[in-house]
Amino acid sequence: MDNNDIKIAFDAFIKQHAPDVLTAKRKEAFETFTTKGFPTKKIENWKYTSLKAVLKPNYATVNTVSDNTLEQVEALLAAKSETYKLVFVNGVFQEQLSDITEEINVFSNVLKASNTEINQYFDTISDSSEAMVNLNTAFASSGAFITLANNKILAKPIELLFFAKAETPVFLQARNLIRVGENTHANIIEKHINLGEAIVLTNAVTELFAAASSHVQYTKLQNDSLLSNLVDNTSVSQQKDSIVTVNTFSFGGKFTRNNLTFHQYGSHCDSVLNGLSILDGKQFVDNHTLVNHNVPDCESHELYNAIYDEKSTGVFNGKVIVKQAAQKTNAYQQNKNILLSDTSNVYAKPQLEIFADDVKCSHGCTIGQLDDKVLFYMKQRGIPKAKAKALLFYAFANENVKAVKIPALRNEITHIIASKLDVTFDLEV
Amino acid sequence: MKKYTEEDLKEDLVNQEYEYGFYSDIEADKFPNGIDESVVIALSKKKNEPQWMTDWRLEAFRIWKSMEEPDWANVNYEKPDFQAISYYSAPKSKPKLNSLDEADPELLKTFEKLGISLAEQKRLANVAIDIVMDSVSVATTFKKTLAEKGIIFCPISEAIQEHPELVKKYLGTIVPQTDNFYAALNSAVFTDGSFCYIPKGVRCPMELSTYFRINEGGTGQFERTLVIADEGSYVSYLEGCTAPARDENQLHAAVVELIALDDAEIKYSTVQNWYPGDENGSGGVYNFVTKRGICHTNSKISWTQVETGSAVTWKYPSCVLKGDNSVGEFYSIAVTNNHQQADTGTKMLHIGNNTRSTIISKGVSAGKSQNSYRGLVKINKNAKNARNFSQCDSLLMGDLCGAHTFPYIEASNSSAQIEHEATTSKIGEDQLFYCNQRGIDTERAIALIVNGFSKEVLNKLPMEFAVEARKLLEISLEGSVG
Repeated sequence: MDNNDIKIAFDAFIKQHAPDVLTAKRKEAFETFTTKGFPTKKIENWKYTSLKAVLKPNYATVNTVSDNTLEQVEALLAAKSETYKLVFVNGVFQEQLSDITEEINVFSNVLKASNTEINQYFDTISDSSEAMVNLNTAFASSGAFITLANNKILAKPIELLFFAKAETPVFLQARNLIRVGENTHANIIEKHINLGEAIVLTNAVTELFAAASSHVQYTKLQNDSLLSNLVDNTSVSQQKDSIVTVNTFSFGGKFTRNNLTFHQYGSHCDSVLNGLSILDGKQFVDNHTLVNHNVPDCESHELYNAIYDEKSTGVFNGKVIVKQAAQKTNAYQQNKNILLSDTSNVYAKPQLEIFADDVKCSHGCTIGQLDDKVLFYMKQRGIPKAKAKALLFYAFANENVKAVKIPALRNEITHIIASKLDVTFDLEV
Repeated sequence: MKKYTEEDLKEDLVNQEYEYGFYSDIEADKFPNGIDESVVIALSKKKNEPQWMTDWRLEAFRIWKSMEEPDWANVNYEKPDFQAISYYSAPKSKPKLNSLDEADPELLKTFEKLGISLAEQKRLANVAIDIVMDSVSVATTFKKTLAEKGIIFCPISEAIQEHPELVKKYLGTIVPQTDNFYAALNSAVFTDGSFCYIPKGVRCPMELSTYFRINEGGTGQFERTLVIADEGSYVSYLEGCTAPARDENQLHAAVVELIALDDAEIKYSTVQNWYPGDENGSGGVYNFVTKRGICHTNSKISWTQVETGSAVTWKYPSCVLKGDNSVGEFYSIAVTNNHQQADTGTKMLHIGNNTRSTIISKGVSAGKSQNSYRGLVKINKNAKNARNFSQCDSLLMGDLCGAHTFPYIEASNSSAQIEHEATTSKIGEDQLFYCNQRGIDTERAIALIVNGFSKEVLNKLPMEFAVEARKLLEISLEGSVG
């Protein structure tokens, strides 16, 4: 797929969709995208990440959903835990499988009415300098549209499920806009699942607005098939006293690029960025994070751990900007990587840009292996090497896993980690 | 007694003139402004260079013409107009001196102001100095002592005449003409610099040092330094700079190449104190330097730098750890004040097995300055058991300055061990209070704390420089304390 193919796809998209509140924005965004084109390695933010192979297939942008697929999805959902679900298959919202309420809605339902909220919030905090975001805005029509009222504790987590199943390669654009009211507590889970045999490229943009004193935990469980490629752009805006945690667990998928940006607009907010990647084969994961400290007295805590085996490659770029006004900021960042093979690669760039003087900022980055002495100690005490290693890996990964608040989700992640590391844990969490 | 407050301190700093901002009056032989092939040829002719050197310069010039000035660094400055620079300026007469008495009294006065009386240095410090004044060496001392050991230490223009085989073999091998925009320009028009060769198994008995000075207004200075340590040898090389105050921006684009052959060790120390511009950010030197060394088996290169001057600094002393068991070190303090901007750091390229590198970088920003650390640690696929430790700490004084870090870490071998840590903070109020309580005034307390902060790097400097560096730090640092 090249810049020309995308132009044809966009013209078809505009023709197909009746004009709505976003039409003008889409055209504008597409124009911006056209001038930039798909990101290349020449752009500093994409220095280690090439989209060349990802864009090679001839993707279709319009898709149909067969009844067969729906049955398959339905069967999968029956076994799932208690959540408010929003289910999308090939980018099309499936109302009969979802739990729509007045607050938990989707874009396709709200676009028709002249919605002032859309204009007020849509595309206001996403990174408009990023071509992939422009591209998503151009095609934005499907995804979650959630507006949670003030003073509420959500009984169940909200689960955003993006299924794909196609015969030929397909390019999907998911767009989510989530607003959490004052003092409201919410848990949100996002998953992308490819059920088919064809290559899928998903370009997702999520905008999350956390009002004053809200608590939000957003968990991205990326455990897709090896035919899947994902470019995820998530932007978070925080008002005073809010706490937002974004967990990014990358275990599956062939190519994953996560752009995660936090904007702090009120004092005493806390931003928690928590990421874990366990990769093997030829998997590729790139985590780009940015925390913008705009106001005083805020904190950010960032912990990204990763284990790389076989021919996998990982990129971490963690940027923290402390503006001049943001005095008394505490910003902590840690990135730890374990390389298990000589064919795996890691590129790390922890970056601080600080313009205020009364701050405490630190970052640490390590690349290494398991400690031989520790392994020896464990073997000496009768723990077989494989198990000793597994325990150490588990301990490493658990730094991130323990941050997940939902027990069922934590268990699910632990099981994935166990299968990824090829061990069995009898540690029920 | 009236309390000495931060405000007083700020005031003092603003009023404090650049201590070394004087201009010495020596007649200069100077090319008209501008650059083209004829200038390169004329320059080469002026230096009486052999044909291969002229060709090498011309090739570099052609490469330079095809390049664009880079702008990726985290600095803002007015790009120099390369046609407004004179590419050659030499003191008019260049007498061969046997003793200091024969030297130009003006020149001697200059050095006296700088506090580096040649005679004193010669007698007490046991240091041989190759003084580069406006691009051409005027005095070289201790040559005889060095010659006895077989050590060659001379201006590079002399080396081109007298040791062409060495220059030909190594020049441009570490920093090729194609390396970057400023390295290409330097290759085309470098006027002079130092050349140093330590023969096999020789331990250089004294610290070699050169004082670089920019003197003539509007003259770009393009230094070229080549240090070769042959198998099993050791050399400690010191480079220090102070420059007179000027209103227009002066360009300094030097290239330093270090070659450490098997089992050799090179210690390269720099104290850089070019004119930083006044408190409004006008004037000041642009310091765009390419420094790189290659380590062969079991060898070691250690860079130590104290950066207090220049309006814009853009420099990354690097080590290519090619041989097995080689070691690269980088110790740096960069202090910026007023409108200074520094984008500095290092590159450690691990290619051989069991290679080790250490990076300690301390940045202190005050006033409206911006201080960036930019570094790369790269472990190649076949580099087994590579080890790196990096630490970058920044100290911020005042709320108008900035500290930035851009560390790139690339690892492709599972046996690599890399640690990187960075912190940014201001001087703790409790630390200041503790000092005040014990009768140490704020100004001295700050000097004390900053010296402690930079101690790890200062300790790596040779004795002669450590004293000067500490003094420099204090001069540059007093002030805008938050």
